Amino acid sequence: MEQAVLTSLDPLIGALREHGYAVVGPTVRDGVIRFCELGSAADLPAGWTDEQAPGAYRLREGGEPVFGFAASPDSVKRFTHPPRSTLFRMRDGVPEAVPVEAPKVALLGVRACDLAGLAVQDRVFLGGRYPDEAYRARRAALFLIAVNCAVPGGTCFCASMNTGPRATSGFDLALTELTGPHRFLAESGSERGATLLEALPSRPATDADRQAARQVSETAEQRMGRHVELDGVKERLTERRESPVWNEIASRCLTCANCTMVCPTCFCATIEDGTDLADGSASRAERWDSCFTLEFTELGGAPVRSSGAARYRQWLTHKFSTWVDQFGTYGCVGCGRCITWCPTGIDITEELERLR
Amino acid sequence: MIPAPYRVRSRRPDRADTVTLTLEPVEGTCPPFLPGQFTMLYAPGVGEIPISISGRARSGGYVQTIRAVGAVSRALCRMRRGDIVGVRGPFGTSWDLAAAHGLDVVVAAGGLGLAPLRPVIRELEAHGVRYGRISLIAGTRTPATLMYPRELARWGRDFDVQVTVDHPDRAWKGPTGLITKLVGRIVFEPRRTYAFVCGPEVMMRATAEELLRRGVPAERIALSLERNMKCGIGRCGHCQLGPLFTCLDGPVLTYDRVSALMEVKQL
Repeated sequence: MEQAVLTSLDPLIGALREHGYAVVGPTVRDGVIRFCELGSAADLPAGWTDEQAPGAYRLREGGEPVFGFAASPDSVKRFTHPPRSTLFRMRDGVPEAVPVEAPKVALLGVRACDLAGLAVQDRVFLGGRYPDEAYRARRAALFLIAVNCAVPGGTCFCASMNTGPRATSGFDLALTELTGPHRFLAESGSERGATLLEALPSRPATDADRQAARQVSETAEQRMGRHVELDGVKERLTERRESPVWNEIASRCLTCANCTMVCPTCFCATIEDGTDLADGSASRAERWDSCFTLEFTELGGAPVRSSGAARYRQWLTHKFSTWVDQFGTYGCVGCGRCITWCPTGIDITEELERLR
Repeated sequence: MIPAPYRVRSRRPDRADTVTLTLEPVEGTCPPFLPGQFTMLYAPGVGEIPISISGRARSGGYVQTIRAVGAVSRALCRMRRGDIVGVRGPFGTSWDLAAAHGLDVVVAAGGLGLAPLRPVIRELEAHGVRYGRISLIAGTRTPATLMYPRELARWGRDFDVQVTVDHPDRAWKGPTGLITKLVGRIVFEPRRTYAFVCGPEVMMRATAEELLRRGVPAERIALSLERNMKCGIGRCGHCQLGPLFTCLDGPVLTYDRVSALMEVKQL
């Protein structure tokens, strides 16, 4: 592992560009933080912070840090598993694969929870009998620069899920933003990360830098907005399949699917087949789907999970119980997005507590 | 997720809403399949659905029976000889015939459930000596909706075949009502019996419970589950039943693994 102190991120962005990467990072768009292509470090949301609570997200100006905010509605998911992708076109009875688009993207500012989300996705898409080669290609085209969280949001609970706030693996480079003076402690997590870091203008890291970075993560860990008790949760959820709590949650749930769209691990998809009226060709696309829709379980004209309670139960039980059976890990990384972006503010950490 | 083009070699209407197609690859031969496995059948431009394989035709093609219930199945049922369909698979688990060697065998089919069981029956027909007493019980809505009537008549010469209907017509002289009633009319030694059950979920549960009550071990009662499937390879998430992906862990599963899951409504 290489360590060094950077005072500006522009040389890093420039070097990645030279290596052929589009550099994508957090920017302020439409009143939220979104991952967009960066022209320079000036495009980063310096001076912005967020306030997150169940059903609430607000950006406001305040503070000095460049990365002074928590998880945004945008996760890394759409870079590895796009919301919609065309799989094949069929003319004259012969299906022809549509080449996979896997542009070289350097993601700057990935949080520990999103790296954990990627690790979960790796198991889902690559760990089974039928690996998803399109996912593999997109994943391999990513260069990942983590930023350790200093300011967790009000809905964050990565410390409970053991996925953060400090990024420990799965990155090429990890940055910790330090103040007084403003600087970044950079460490490499891969050989190509180390090579890149060596070529950047930097100064060697001192014990004081390392101590300050440790302090950032320790403080962040103390400031988690939410907590989940994992002990026994897997067994408990399957034991509570008939609990009246599901109906009560369903009385507040709009089954709008927001939680599944913002979730960094939700992988469910549907197939859209269609024809082009102009040339008569047929095509197939894969599109994000959600277990909250009625069509999701449609069988012989009727849905299996017709009630909202059954759909909410499927989602929450999948995340904290059956996901473990299927993939050997929880399907939740503690990013808190589903709590923030739930229009009625349903808080999974609270619901898990009520299902104890 | 890219289907191979197959050609419809023959089309046989079975009942008013059901068609059996024989499908052959445009190039090469059909991959081998195990009894109980399914393919994802693609009606070009319309969509794709899981359909179990009912057997191999003499020509080598897949025999697949489709009931017209939705847009895709209707499009597949309308296919004519020479038309192109897409095929992915075969996918999923199979009926464990070896586990039934030396045991009495009960095959229980409800409605279209006879289609996924047809390769089991063909094996029992071909190698009856490997098994004990063989019984086939089938339930159907009306005498006119009975699947494979000619084959059923033939199978009746080799094993005990009994059919019950929900709504008899004037000519019907056989039993009426639930298939569970037929379980009491066939001969098998419960502790030395293997059962293959396929049909609507309520029928499978009722049949499995009746067999269980009579002493057939749950791990020797095999069912074939049906769920919404978009991919067939454990990726789309639609077919989950508790911890199971019906497409990968199923469709064929033994009752000991699924009885608790099937008890929960809307799981």
